[in-house]
Amino acid sequence: MSLPLVVLLPFLGAMAAPLFAQGGRTAIAIASTVPALIALAALFPHWQTLADGGVVLHTYEWLPAIGLSLSFRLDGLSLLFALLILVIGILIILYARYYLKPEENIGKFYGLLLCFKGSMLGIVLSSNLLLMMIFWEITSLVSFLLISFWTHKKGARRGARMALTVTGGGGLALLAGVLIIGQIVGSYELDDVLAAGPIIKAHALYPVALTLVLLGAFTKSAQFPFHFWLPHAMQAPTPVSAYLHSATMVKAGIFLLARLYPALAGTEQWFYMVSFTGMATLLLGAYIAMFKHDLKGLLANSTVSHLGLIVLLLGMGTELATVAALFHVINHATFKASLFMAAGIIDHETGTRDMRRINGLWRFMPHTATLAMVAAASMAGVPLLNGFLSKEMFFAESLALNLPGYWAWLPPIVATLAGIFAVAYSARFIHDVFFNGKPINLPIYPPHEPPRYMKIPVEILVFACLMVGMFPTISVGPLLYAASSATLGVPAPDYRLAVMHGFNLPLFMSFLAFFGGLLMYSQRKRFFAFHDRFREIDEKAIFEKVVFSLGLRANRFTTATENGSLQRYVMLLIVSALAVAFLPISKMGFFIGSNGLTPVDWPTATLGAVLIASALATAAMHRERFFALVLISVVGLLTALTFVRFSAPDLTMTQLSVEVVTVVLLMLALYYMPSWTPVESSRGRRVRDMGIALLAGSGMTIITLAILTQPFSSISEFFLANSKTGGGGTNVVNVILVDFRGFDTLGEISVLAIAALGIFAMLKNTTLTPPPGDGLGHAWARESHPTMLKQIARPMLPMALMVSAFIFLRGHNLPGGGFIAGLITAVALILQYIASGFSWTEDRIAMRYHNVIALGLLFAVITGAGSLAFGYPFLTSTFGYITWPVVGKFELASALVFDLGVYLAVVGATLMMLVSVGRINPHSAIRPVNSESSYGADTTTLTQRETE
Amino acid sequence: MELVFALAIGALTAGGVYLLLRARTFPVVLGLTMLSYGVNLFLFASGRLATGSQPVLGTAAQYADPLPQALVLTAIVIGFAMTAFVVVLSLRNLADHGNDHVDGDPKKRTPASKHARERRPL
Repeated sequence: MSLPLVVLLPFLGAMAAPLFAQGGRTAIAIASTVPALIALAALFPHWQTLADGGVVLHTYEWLPAIGLSLSFRLDGLSLLFALLILVIGILIILYARYYLKPEENIGKFYGLLLCFKGSMLGIVLSSNLLLMMIFWEITSLVSFLLISFWTHKKGARRGARMALTVTGGGGLALLAGVLIIGQIVGSYELDDVLAAGPIIKAHALYPVALTLVLLGAFTKSAQFPFHFWLPHAMQAPTPVSAYLHSATMVKAGIFLLARLYPALAGTEQWFYMVSFTGMATLLLGAYIAMFKHDLKGLLANSTVSHLGLIVLLLGMGTELATVAALFHVINHATFKASLFMAAGIIDHETGTRDMRRINGLWRFMPHTATLAMVAAASMAGVPLLNGFLSKEMFFAESLALNLPGYWAWLPPIVATLAGIFAVAYSARFIHDVFFNGKPINLPIYPPHEPPRYMKIPVEILVFACLMVGMFPTISVGPLLYAASSATLGVPAPDYRLAVMHGFNLPLFMSFLAFFGGLLMYSQRKRFFAFHDRFREIDEKAIFEKVVFSLGLRANRFTTATENGSLQRYVMLLIVSALAVAFLPISKMGFFIGSNGLTPVDWPTATLGAVLIASALATAAMHRERFFALVLISVVGLLTALTFVRFSAPDLTMTQLSVEVVTVVLLMLALYYMPSWTPVESSRGRRVRDMGIALLAGSGMTIITLAILTQPFSSISEFFLANSKTGGGGTNVVNVILVDFRGFDTLGEISVLAIAALGIFAMLKNTTLTPPPGDGLGHAWARESHPTMLKQIARPMLPMALMVSAFIFLRGHNLPGGGFIAGLITAVALILQYIASGFSWTEDRIAMRYHNVIALGLLFAVITGAGSLAFGYPFLTSTFGYITWPVVGKFELASALVFDLGVYLAVVGATLMMLVSVGRINPHSAIRPVNSESSYGADTTTLTQRETE
Repeated sequence: MELVFALAIGALTAGGVYLLLRARTFPVVLGLTMLSYGVNLFLFASGRLATGSQPVLGTAAQYADPLPQALVLTAIVIGFAMTAFVVVLSLRNLADHGNDHVDGDPKKRTPASKHARERRPL
């Protein structure tokens, strides 16, 4: 339980952090250390197991189908990184307490910092590669948010974006690499992957997988040529720079290399890709660092260089080099974090980070200066400090590398050269900042020592530098041994941690680097002049340019394809559908199945001919809208007839009643619209559209023919067999609707309700002025409610309702049911609106259609849920028979209540749709139009008129 | 019989597609309605054509496939809801733009990318 807890706690703390922000900076800082303290206490008991070379595993199943599990692993390597994350994290929290100003959003800052801590712990403790990927991505995201913490700064936003683009892109590559490894191994569990090293390395996809994984690691750890994001991430608050961008997150890539070392390392590809990348980064970072005038810029480039050093060591592939790499991880984290903190203090106290202005601070802040000088000396590799030890090991390893021929000289030369630069920029950090005359034009003058507690984290880290530097075996020996063994997968080789290894070649290289560096610094004016001759590459400008041109190209592509014309989109949609269907249909050709064609009888042929003719006529005469409306209603009626011809009486009834409602709706719409369509498209376009339509039509004909003549077996046998016995009804269609497939029906009436509400919302507060006539020169009829219609419509209502009730009740056994009955009721009510007007009807039928719809859905859901109460699945129906006087034996099914719900929903939805449209501007045709009146105002005037 | 049926579906589709491609909203609504007739008949056809065998138990010797019928029944109602929605959409378009062109106001057409172009990098 303890390992998931260690990962989870910081996230919980992140959620709680904003609450503590109320209590001020001290309160939140104290609260934020709690997760780390608990985590340290939780990890402590495992130490003995790890020191003995054991592994602690906690595995919980999560998504076994894709190989993702919540498995956590603690071994020497993850312990080393976890300790770095936790301990430096605590120091950073303390430091940030004094660094941040009280008016800043401290809740957000600490929350994000804790989120980062949790996800970073997640990376190092995950035992499942997919799980690790999740945490990996979270660190990229949180890093983005932390770099851009000061959102008002443009540089911070851009730097954050750059960091996210580079690390996020690398994350994608890494994910691909991890997936390939998972495919090769058949598992994402770390144990399996590490054990499968030989299989992975022998696999054909190994080069691809390795390249992708390295891309992920190199982007995260700012390796050349992806190093440029790290200096730009320095726009972040200094605690973030110290924590994420020097001590922990940028080490995630290195952690990954170390973690997958047994699985991936030891091949030529590994050696060349990793060591040469490291070498290039080492040299480039050290060189650039020398010429940066910004304190943090110098430190950032130095970080790049040191990360390159560690990567180079891992790339060498020898066991001792790996030990040295891990040792340098510890050392770099300690001295670089303290240097960043010192830089933050200087920035805080002087108001600038420009080394050309900050000079001679020794006199103002001797305490801070001493600390920074010790840390910088460690960075330079001065003896008795920890930086010296790992650098010495690095020099020794660079000599031991057996490259063929003259190439053997390359690693030692690069190492020494980088050492010279490192000494030079460290010397610059010390001399330029603390000595070298007087400060020039500081924004804050005179600078003071920072608050006492702000220096404590720096002191602790510097103390660690000294301890490791002087007593390496006692201070880090066991931890380093455990970490090395865990990384290599075998017990670590014999090595000796000592302050001095005697007078040998590595010592001479250190010597050379030290004095070479000092010499270089003393001649810095020449080097600066030399450097100034080259134009500096501004990675940010290039990056922005690339992003901008990418955006521009994407834009151009979008503009070319999407011009805002719906007409074109519809065309593209249909054409793509045709294109997709073309090949299979042309392969199949004109296909008649084994059932063959049945002979045509005359009535059917006539029906078909009229249907086809009226469909084509509608298309041809669509400009005359009223006429087209009449034609399309003919099509609808013939469709209804087709259904009844082919044994579907329910469909006919539905189609007929829908037809009526549709025509009423379209008539209402035409009242507001022009009555004719102008010629819009060119002749060529019409011919093109006809071609498309013809293709679509023939395609559908061919497919339909192929289907119709094909024998088939249907699952309907089940419905036919069980309709009466299981559903209690003989009308199988209705039983399917309300019983077998009741859930579908529930969904469908919900869609109906949503459409009705959408229409209601869309037309609310919309005004439309109808044209004075039909557009063809005829005025509207003067009398909007003809007496004849009124007189006939009123007695029709009870009759229609009776018919509807009859059809509803018989629906379970004979054609009919809730849908059809609902439509008939709706038609009957609509007739009242048409015949007698809006307010007349509303006065008499006081129904709120929202409520009707809601009631309908409620009935349906409650019936469905009712069966749950009896322990049956949702929407199980039951039925029984009762004998009524007069009527006789009558069936009562719970499905009937469900059907009642359907009925109400259909009535409510249909009426709401039509009434919403009718309401837009009622009666305006027979009166001078007041174009500004909304329907509310209009109804009142209307009522007045009627009462007059 | 099958040929007539298939031809009818073809005609409905062709007419529907042609109308869908028109520039004004009303023909598009008509096209959509006609296309849904065609689609409903097509779905119905998946149960094959049967004469005089309505799926009401006890009324025929053989029964037509009831499942496509049930599905088409709801499809008809939903199709109506969709038509109504599109009609209202076109009415709203008319109210907002003062014309019934499907592209809104074709003279003041806003390509999707125009908004994007206004957005400069941070």
